[in-house]
Amino acid sequence: MLHAKNKTGLVFFPAFDWAISPSHPEREERLLYTQDQVFEEGLLDIEGIVEFKPDLVALEDVQRVHFCAPTPEAVMTESHFISAGGAKTIGKAVMDGTIERGFALVRPPGHHACRVVHGARGFCNVNIEAIMIEYIRKAYGVERVAIVDTDCHHGDGTQDIYWHDPNTLFISIHQDGRTLYPGSGFLNEMGGPNAIGSTINIPLPPNTSDEGVLFSIKEMVLPILDDFKPQLIINSAGQDNHYSDPITNMNFSARGYAELTSLLKADIAVLEGGYSIEGALPYVNTGIILAMAGLDYDHLSEPDYDVNRYRQSRETTKYTEQLAGKVLQLWKNRESLQEKARAESNSNQRSRSIYYDTDNIEERQNETIRICDDCGGVLKIESAANRKKPILAIHIPTNGCPACQEQGHQWFETANPDHFSDIFLQDRPNDRYLSYND
Amino acid sequence: MIIGLDVGGTHTDVILLDGRHLVREVKITTDPENLFETLLAGLDAVTKGFDPKTIRRAVLSTTLATNLVAQQKLPDVGMVVAGGPGIDPRHFRTNPLYYTVAGAQDHRGREIQALDEQQLLLVGKELKQRGVRYAGVVSKFSVRNPEQEEKMASLLRPYVEQVFMGHRFSGNLNFPRRIATTYLNCAVYPVHKEFFKVVQQSLAEKGLTMPIRVLRPDGGNMNIESSLDHPALTILSGPSASVIGAISSAPPRGTCLVLDIGGTTTDMALLIDKAPLLAPLGIEIAHYKTLIRALKTESIGIGGDSTVRVKEGKLTIGPDRTCKAMAYGGSEPTPTDAYHVLGYGGSGDTAKARAGLEPVATALDVTVDQAAHMIFESACRTILNGAEAMIKTINSKPVYTVHELYKGSQIQPDHLLLLGGPAPQFACQLRTMFDGEVQVVPNHQVANAIGCALARTTSAVTLFADTALGKATAPSEGFTQKIPASFGLDDARNLTDRLLREKAIRRGANPDKLETEVLEESQFNMIRGFNTIGKNIRVQMQLKPGVISENRD
Repeated sequence: MLHAKNKTGLVFFPAFDWAISPSHPEREERLLYTQDQVFEEGLLDIEGIVEFKPDLVALEDVQRVHFCAPTPEAVMTESHFISAGGAKTIGKAVMDGTIERGFALVRPPGHHACRVVHGARGFCNVNIEAIMIEYIRKAYGVERVAIVDTDCHHGDGTQDIYWHDPNTLFISIHQDGRTLYPGSGFLNEMGGPNAIGSTINIPLPPNTSDEGVLFSIKEMVLPILDDFKPQLIINSAGQDNHYSDPITNMNFSARGYAELTSLLKADIAVLEGGYSIEGALPYVNTGIILAMAGLDYDHLSEPDYDVNRYRQSRETTKYTEQLAGKVLQLWKNRESLQEKARAESNSNQRSRSIYYDTDNIEERQNETIRICDDCGGVLKIESAANRKKPILAIHIPTNGCPACQEQGHQWFETANPDHFSDIFLQDRPNDRYLSYND
Repeated sequence: MIIGLDVGGTHTDVILLDGRHLVREVKITTDPENLFETLLAGLDAVTKGFDPKTIRRAVLSTTLATNLVAQQKLPDVGMVVAGGPGIDPRHFRTNPLYYTVAGAQDHRGREIQALDEQQLLLVGKELKQRGVRYAGVVSKFSVRNPEQEEKMASLLRPYVEQVFMGHRFSGNLNFPRRIATTYLNCAVYPVHKEFFKVVQQSLAEKGLTMPIRVLRPDGGNMNIESSLDHPALTILSGPSASVIGAISSAPPRGTCLVLDIGGTTTDMALLIDKAPLLAPLGIEIAHYKTLIRALKTESIGIGGDSTVRVKEGKLTIGPDRTCKAMAYGGSEPTPTDAYHVLGYGGSGDTAKARAGLEPVATALDVTVDQAAHMIFESACRTILNGAEAMIKTINSKPVYTVHELYKGSQIQPDHLLLLGGPAPQFACQLRTMFDGEVQVVPNHQVANAIGCALARTTSAVTLFADTALGKATAPSEGFTQKIPASFGLDDARNLTDRLLREKAIRRGANPDKLETEVLEESQFNMIRGFNTIGKNIRVQMQLKPGVISENRD
């Protein structure tokens, strides 16, 4: 009889009646064959594996993370309330000790959703990991959290949300942004001036195989996690590094995913992308569940897997080894790099344009952060979607120092309502969200 | 007239029904070592003096297969399993002669690795050499495509007497449970077959030639001929007899909690709008998790004869039973003694009951009446807490669509139906504790046997259609058909309905009274790249479990 070594919880929410559009990769059918495989393997009968029904996420959980323009209801569907709720359900179960590890096998995903949300980008509307993490921070007082995003696409939304947060380490392993959406996630993206080094990007060349991905985990991710000493590790478990994925170019396998899961020992995994719905997802998800539960996965393999066909080139191996040297060097030098970054003129400013491919929205953002040694720094964002009247969003971090708190309130109170369609204040020290609009 | 016979652990209840009228009821002691004698004695007693020709049929719920499994008295059989990628199938070993062979199918039933026929022939030879007569074959995803199992069976058939195929028992996905179900079927097959052969012969000698049906744990029955090849489907039928026995008393609308209060345990089940609630996958017996369809029932260790103790000043009841209540000459105090003292009725000796509770009262430092009240309230509280826990589990069952999640249907019983020996006395107490109607089922002492007699034929069919592969399959029916690209959910439903009706009639259902219902259905467009390549359709239907109509003749 099989017995899970680690008590493992699962929220499975395949949203069988929800799609972005009928032929979109993010459609009803996506987790159908995963369900078949999970049921046929009898995974839910295994002693020590439990399934939970997802709770709906609350508006205040969303507003702890996002500035939704104009409101959360306007940018979220029912399915988003469930998938974010599913992540939260797993987070709670882990924190309450009901389970040791948990996997939110839910859709739709969230890692391309940034702090400000005008609509959907990269199939994501709200960031379900961030919503879960900020709930955990509020309810359980956890401070240091690490997110390891192993989706094939750069987790630019999560990066954006934690860009200024020195207490959240965000590591993204992905296919090089020069060859794939969203076109970001390079080595020099290391976090804002108060948090340099808390963002780490590991862009891998196309056609990287198990060898290269697992090397990155062992030689880059694990040493950095050891240094950072998080209280909680979250895996944004995208499954589109798989060799059969239709929209990416990597050569990762199901057993590779299982090994990655065993190495990383994440407390919580949350499904992100992955669109090879028949050839990869049934096997990858089975592998992740088995590995989380500490069960043997030697017998797991895709029917068509051929180790020789998907072996990576010598150039890729060499490139990855050199990359490891650079990443570790940057991590080691993060304090001096931060000093250097602050010395640059206008280091407290950032202006960007963000494109929402799913909803075809062009967002312009101007961001101001208070350079601070005592906290993550108060943040002010002016954001306009499709050249409409901008919103003003002010974020005071959870551990905001008195000076940053005062600055935040002052920004909020003195903002000119004529200039903005909405003015929002995310007052995390008081766990409240304020807004006024014209 | 119809005979209903329910073999219980302690007692066997037998009744004779004329329409809905109870003509005779008999209670005899079960001899677990000799169920055959028990059965015949029961049938003898209930038919004595009646013309055998007036008896239209007999429905039996026996513990034969259940006892074999629970006591691990199972013969050697051979199990051959083709796993394919996933969990190593060696983890699902059910018995010593368990072989894994190469061969695999994927989630859509496509062969991804051919069977190793050589390996199968070697297994066949070994089984024959060892004198093993029965074998079971199971392949992963055989409910999506039975071909590999059929091939495995045909290769083994020359070496053994009978081969059973996993896809025949259930249309549900769950490879380990399919293995366990097939194994149990192989293992109980010879004893079940021999037993009912002898029963039929012995009855025929007495002129009782009526058709015999066997009760199933899903609250239905099947004719004896159908049961011979599927004896596993009759394991653990006992609890369902009581649930069916309660249906006639249930209100047409609302959620009803059924409590069958016995000597040692209380069995709980639920009726929603008069229909019994099914367990999600199947029964669990000994350490086997199976795909044997069953009603959702749970047992808690409180009954009329549960032993009452005071441990370190705290009152405990059950979960064991030492002997009968002191009111009936037993040696340990019980809830039955408590309700005698409380004056809720009962045919025992109240003075003995009172004397029996005295040590309890002394230990708790209360009067005997207070002790009786505490005992009886605590027993009922434990039952209600058990029911609450079961309902909580049912309500937290995950759902997989946005629609169902937002609908959030939660059940909450508004009606209690009690049966079993001490039902009227427990009802007195439960009325003060339960927010809703509390009702005792008529003929509560033998309502389980009445349930047997009135149970309908049940069966279920699962159909899987894949228009990209151009195939519809209902493996449990041995059915596969080519389908056109235009095949849709309505076609699938109609086809399933037809297959279900055919199966029901084979199992002995009345063709004019078939009530079918859809348990689950779904249709997905299959898109590869930007093209729709087909539809993936799943339909599961069942005959509604319940009681036969009154004017069935």
